[in-house]
Amino acid sequence: MTNSSVLILGAKSDIGRAIAYKFAKEGFTVRLAGRNRSELSRLKKDIEIRHQVAVSAHEFDVVNTKAHLSFVKRLPELPEVVVCVIGLLGDQQDSETNYASADLIFDSNFVGPSHILSVFANQFETRGSGSLIGISSVAGDRGRASNYVYGSAKAGFSAFLSGLRNRLASKGVQVTTVLPGFVYTKMTADMDLPGALTATPEEVGDGVFKAWQAKRDVIYVRAIWRWIMLIIKLIPETIFKRLSL
Amino acid sequence: MKLKGWGNYPQLEAVVLSPDTQEDLKRLVQKGNLIARGNGRAYGDSAVNEHLTLDMTRFNHILEFNEDTGVVTAEAGVLLADIIDVFLPRGWFPPVTPGTKFVTIGGMTASDVHGKNHHLDGAFSSFIDWIELLDGDGNVKKCSRRQNKELFNWTIGGMGLTGIILRIAFRLKRVETGWIEQRIVRTQNLADTMQVFEDNDASPYSVAWIDCATRGPKSGRSLVMLGSHANQSDLSPEQRDDLFPKPRPRRLKVPFTFPGFVLNKYSVRIFNEAYYRWAGRSTQTQHVKWDGYFYPLDSIGDWNKIYGRKGFAQFQCAIPMSSAASALAEILDAVSRSSQGSFLSVLKRFGPQDNPFSFPLDGYTLTLDFPINKASLRLMEKLDEITLRHSGRFYLAKDSRMTADVFHASDPRIIKFVKARDKMEATSVFISAQSERLKF
Repeated sequence: MTNSSVLILGAKSDIGRAIAYKFAKEGFTVRLAGRNRSELSRLKKDIEIRHQVAVSAHEFDVVNTKAHLSFVKRLPELPEVVVCVIGLLGDQQDSETNYASADLIFDSNFVGPSHILSVFANQFETRGSGSLIGISSVAGDRGRASNYVYGSAKAGFSAFLSGLRNRLASKGVQVTTVLPGFVYTKMTADMDLPGALTATPEEVGDGVFKAWQAKRDVIYVRAIWRWIMLIIKLIPETIFKRLSL
Repeated sequence: MKLKGWGNYPQLEAVVLSPDTQEDLKRLVQKGNLIARGNGRAYGDSAVNEHLTLDMTRFNHILEFNEDTGVVTAEAGVLLADIIDVFLPRGWFPPVTPGTKFVTIGGMTASDVHGKNHHLDGAFSSFIDWIELLDGDGNVKKCSRRQNKELFNWTIGGMGLTGIILRIAFRLKRVETGWIEQRIVRTQNLADTMQVFEDNDASPYSVAWIDCATRGPKSGRSLVMLGSHANQSDLSPEQRDDLFPKPRPRRLKVPFTFPGFVLNKYSVRIFNEAYYRWAGRSTQTQHVKWDGYFYPLDSIGDWNKIYGRKGFAQFQCAIPMSSAASALAEILDAVSRSSQGSFLSVLKRFGPQDNPFSFPLDGYTLTLDFPINKASLRLMEKLDEITLRHSGRFYLAKDSRMTADVFHASDPRIIKFVKARDKMEATSVFISAQSERLKF
């Protein structure tokens, strides 16, 4: 169908993998980026064999922002689509008193992802085309006691994507915010998740691809989350602060 | 979490971890007392360890494919369904397949599974070039018929008790189409059924659905299903337009676990009678899609739920040729006399044994399903006894209820397996609920 390429930042994650498979199935050349290149090589071979497309693996650490420019320069080409899947849930309780772990959550979910997407945004703007897709979180829609460090970092990332979209709307560059809701992944393996609200990584992969095709701005992978978050956002703060959420 | 096999019996509370790197596996092996688990299609407790069960389904990468030889290198957690999905459209098919495609390649190796072509091609292991095994010391060992031969031999069919199978290189076979040329032969009794198997030993695939509910002169009447891969030139124009049909979606689902009483001797008898007439209505050669031919039950999501909450057991024995006729007659008699009906009963001619610890032997294998209850457990003990008396043995991938005494009496190879496993220092590391129950 196409020789366009997609770059997946955080390809080793369950959602990253699912997105990579979906784009490969649709004929894209796939660039996988993550911290452990040797682990990515298993994924690279598997996608190559299953979907008979070109795949490459690239070392990338989102928190090492100084290396971002040279990372982009070393890519075989400037991709058509960049998907940033990187996220770190962290440990809320620990991050309340351990500031270093809070910093790592901010860096992994907001500072780093915004930094790398800025680099691509500028190059896409010059080229006049491209899509930037950020996997954010419904946790960023409102801060809650149970995960506000992670949530606020995602809120920052969502606001960043929204602003970027506004800036690039007239420049031929599409920016998409994806809010997956609960997903069955390694990150949530220890949680007891409600089935009706929880998507599989494959659902997210399909959702991301469709959102790219349709040039969507903001998507909730499972539509019900739009309504859940709307209600949560509408609760007055005087009441909200007393709830245990 | 509650862990069980496909038969939903027994159910055990087990710690389950899903590692996804080799380094994680190495660390976990140091803890000892664990078993690797694939997609949970073994019927009993083969892949359950309460202390630690390692879910291997994250090791699901296909690592290499040689388009000239058809050799695939895959991680142990790759599903057979994925192999078919990827390679059938390119003209390759698994050389051996069990009755479901939702098994992992690692599980197929650990059980050394057989298929409808065993009488000609042997078990899955005949097509394995090499495996890589993580042993009890955390070392990765490449094993083949030339390298680490002993480890290779005991791992094939060794039920995960020699180490964790990491990667498998195996050969696919070339097929021109995804269609199977099928012919059904309706037989009158057991002797007739066996004769049809012997007369059709050149047919690439053969298996019989056997009626276990009917007594007397018609006992053992069957539908023997013969098959072979169809060539392009055999197909109709419409079939040729769909050379490699896609698998059927899993549309049908068993909506809930049936109450235990739904399957009883009457409903089973009615089903058997109806099936014998309906499925046997046409004995013309016809072309059917691979998915329906090899995996008739895969399109019904959780068919194991029809057996009720208590679950079911599958009894599968292999009887050597010399005593097959009398053993099978005795088993059929015992089943039809009991109040227990076997819903799905399958008879198959085996070729010779493949590897030192593989289940198949030159003779016949019979598979019966029973819902778990006191009477059926008693009946299966009787079937154990008949099997032992006729020098038969049992398939570990199906077993969930045998006793250690029966198991050890069935197979002189077990002592050697136990010794070899001790020597490789695997005994205290790789343990399953089944290996504890059967004391091996």
